[in-house]
Amino acid sequence: MTPDLRVDLAGVRLPNPVLTAAGCAGTGRELALFTDVSRLGAVVTKSLMSGPRAGTPVPRVAETPSGVLSAIGLQGPGLEVFLDRDLPWLVSQGARAVVSIAGGSPDEYAELAQRLDGQAGVTAVEVNLASANQADHGRYFVGDRSSAVDVVRAVRAATGLPVFAKLSSAMDSVGGTVALAEAVVEAGADVLSMINSVRGMVVDTTTARPALAGAAAGLSGPAIRPIALATVHDVHQALPQVPVIGMGGIHSGDDALQFVLAGASAVGVGTASLHDPGACGRILRELTGLLEERGWSRISDVVGRAHDGAPLRTGGFGRPH
Amino acid sequence: MTDFRPVQMRVPVLAARPVDHYHALTVVAPGVAERFRAGQFVAVAVGDDRSGMMLRRPFSIYEVRPDHGGTVEFRFAVRGAGTAWLAERRAQDLVDVVGPLGRPYPLPRDPVNCVLAGEEHGGASLVPLARALRRRGCRVDFVLGASTAARILGGDSAQRLGESLTLTTEDGSLGERARVSDMVQRVVHEAPADVVYAAGPLPLLRAVTAMGTSHGIPVQVSVEQQMTCGTGICMSCVLPVTDADEITRMVRTCVDGPVFRGEQVRFDDVGTIPFDALGAPGWAVAARPQHDREPVDATPSLTGSDREVS
Repeated sequence: MTPDLRVDLAGVRLPNPVLTAAGCAGTGRELALFTDVSRLGAVVTKSLMSGPRAGTPVPRVAETPSGVLSAIGLQGPGLEVFLDRDLPWLVSQGARAVVSIAGGSPDEYAELAQRLDGQAGVTAVEVNLASANQADHGRYFVGDRSSAVDVVRAVRAATGLPVFAKLSSAMDSVGGTVALAEAVVEAGADVLSMINSVRGMVVDTTTARPALAGAAAGLSGPAIRPIALATVHDVHQALPQVPVIGMGGIHSGDDALQFVLAGASAVGVGTASLHDPGACGRILRELTGLLEERGWSRISDVVGRAHDGAPLRTGGFGRPH
Repeated sequence: MTDFRPVQMRVPVLAARPVDHYHALTVVAPGVAERFRAGQFVAVAVGDDRSGMMLRRPFSIYEVRPDHGGTVEFRFAVRGAGTAWLAERRAQDLVDVVGPLGRPYPLPRDPVNCVLAGEEHGGASLVPLARALRRRGCRVDFVLGASTAARILGGDSAQRLGESLTLTTEDGSLGERARVSDMVQRVVHEAPADVVYAAGPLPLLRAVTAMGTSHGIPVQVSVEQQMTCGTGICMSCVLPVTDADEITRMVRTCVDGPVFRGEQVRFDDVGTIPFDALGAPGWAVAARPQHDREPVDATPSLTGSDREVS
């Protein structure tokens, strides 16, 4: 029997839990040549800013063991071009669009969120908190709890759309990520997307310079998967009622299922699409097969199952079920 | 209508052989072969199923043939762990290819004189271009060169396809002791060329473009930029290209190129974000059009509609 793959992310109902991760689907058209975007849970767009953005000089990408280090600098056409050109295409394909936004200040995020409010075809807004805070000398919002909270609160006030907050991990500690997650939920985030890429570096020993032109480079791919899983696990433990979209190096259906069992209601496929442009469809097929093999008829039943029977945490209280 | 969309295929190796400094790998990939137009490339996954190498390697398609439903040959030099793995593939091994990718060389409508200039690996895309041009009745004159004789790619095919072939090496091991860019002007005058195509390192493309511009001859260049997916997703292969609307955009070599009109490419600014590029700090000037349009090819005498397969 085909398992029931439907997911409900704080009221956002999707036909299945496999989403693209922000920045890894092009406009949707590039990926659509290899994977049917209408059959994915949703297409999460590349992070959009208010105007066009040229991004970081090349070289922008370096290969690392089981990973990819990249510094693209949020190159993109800006929100208006997206609304005129890319969103109608996604809608015409029957894809559900989650629009990722990035800004240099809470006000800029709020303007973007407001512009998206009431746009036909927008399923939710995802707030990329790994964007540099221009008011704070380029520090990442995600590394600064109060800034991240300011951004999420501003977005929450500006839109009636469901708000996904995209967090990274290990900026200070896993405990810090849990506290950050709690803070952005308190500020109005409906769903947590985690994790974003992890800060990393490669040095070119010939030039004696960093291999990438941009200083702020993010590591993604299977290299960060265990970090991402632990983060999802810990955040789900602390906030079991908040839906999590798990991501970080998911390359197979088994990887996706690990995230679901750790507490993710849905998953994002990112770097895998660079290696295998058909990865999203393949991972969805593999995940379906794994549920069938195990006789698990509904994916929502197994979200967070890895926590069952877990040792009690301090205070003697188990995870609410 | 022919379907030009790229395909992803897990395909068997038909033949693997060394050719001078390069490895030639032929795979049975009918879907890629039937869609191929000269100038396009394949992006190949390297390593086995659980490979730790996440990035695809792009290679110009050197030749397609109808045997076995359609074969695709590409040639590469070993430059790292990924190409070393690929060089160890043997007949019947499977490789994962995506292609054909990228914008092909536009072809002249009329049987005009064409000079094809390639340096190092750049010759790989010029050989199938020469075949397509010859089918249209064009005259083809080749200038191929490299640092040393073994690194010249496509010399034998160029000998057969070209009205003339000029070879250059920097060490003098074959042909003229010179760079390709030193010899192009003479060949262009002798042909005389109506169109010049160039493929190889940026200095060659810049020099040929400058020569063509000063003589009023259209130049098409195939750019080699680091690519990691080949499909337009990763945004790693951007370079500054100025459109007919005079706006410079950071465009992706893999989907907007690799072939560009030479004069559109801001060669001196490759590796930077020009201050006035769309979305760069100096961009925020009023009265600029809002839209980030797709690049257009405004060359009047060329068309990208060659649909035959060699």
